[in-house]
Amino acid sequence: MTHSLFVNGRLHSVDTDGDAPLLWVLRDHLRLTGTKYGCGKAQCGACTVHADGQPVRSCSLSLADAATSRIETIEGAAGPEAEALTAAWVARGVPQCGFCQSGQLMSALALLRANSAPTDADIDAAMSGNLCRCATYNRIRAGIHDAAAALGDRS
Amino acid sequence: MKLRRPRLSCLSIAMILFALIILIVAILLRPLTLPKPEALSAAFAPVVVAPLKPVSAFNAIVDPAARSVALFQEAGRVIRHPRCMNCHPRTDRPTQTDAMRPHMPAVARGPDGAGDPHLRCATCHNDANFTGRDVPGNPQWLLALIEQAWQGRSLGETCRQLFDPARSYITRAELLEHMANDALVGWAWHPGGDRPPAPGTQAQFGALIAAWRETDARWPA
Repeated sequence: MTHSLFVNGRLHSVDTDGDAPLLWVLRDHLRLTGTKYGCGKAQCGACTVHADGQPVRSCSLSLADAATSRIETIEGAAGPEAEALTAAWVARGVPQCGFCQSGQLMSALALLRANSAPTDADIDAAMSGNLCRCATYNRIRAGIHDAAAALGDRS
Repeated sequence: MKLRRPRLSCLSIAMILFALIILIVAILLRPLTLPKPEALSAAFAPVVVAPLKPVSAFNAIVDPAARSVALFQEAGRVIRHPRCMNCHPRTDRPTQTDAMRPHMPAVARGPDGAGDPHLRCATCHNDANFTGRDVPGNPQWLLALIEQAWQGRSLGETCRQLFDPARSYITRAELLEHMANDALVGWAWHPGGDRPPAPGTQAQFGALIAAWRETDARWPA
């Protein structure tokens, strides 16, 4: 069955089963491979994308359900928050192996868009669903603070 | 002296063929030992629905108070089931699985019981069970209020709490509606995956609660 899927500002037509996980569709059909497969059961956060601005785990969201939302992936992340996070990530060298980082960034992006000056507690609460096997948590938290500070300096 | 090359006679060839036939027949007719039967792994065992006694099973109890308590104790098998208890934690973190271990990943109830504002339940849980990845879901997925915590409390304490206006916030009629008809409670009988459902059916559970209310809603000590 053909489904229409709105991803990163573009409407795509995808001919596959509506029960297919969104992650499969993004990676295998649309070739948006920035979103990673980690655990496959919403336990690690590596596959995080945004659906109507809210972070969701694309491995546990069906194509049929995703088709009703505007999907944003790491490839389409844009705006001042995304730029601030990118700069902070590069400046601090946040990633180690990097596999989880697209999911980390999408969760951090949703946080900064809703809360431009998050506390440590805010960051911990928002990011606790994103695991990092390299344990770069301290750098991730510092990177979010850096990005928030940069956003504050701009405004 | 001239050596003669040994030659196989017809008799020798016939004997070799006969021996081969005997060997093949012996192989084909040898007693076969079947592999020892093994029990099916628990991972593949069918999900068993525990039965729930109907209201009529308590008609023989003459004493109304004793009958009321017995009805609630039977309903308590649902109330104390992990499918229900996991969302009635006494902390800000739900539990999961039959072992009722802390939810992974670490999540918090948030201001409305549906998760932290930046890590909502809906980040992972959708409107229905996502069978492909075994992630449970319901449109109303959220935690019970902290005042309605059931974990760590006896059945009697749970019952007193249900009728304590300071902790319950719902009337008896609303309580019956929640237990008998609420789709979120109903998920406990359709949890998907290898999660054992709550005993009986939601209709049987609702009938037990209704009969318990009609018998003056007595609770166990």
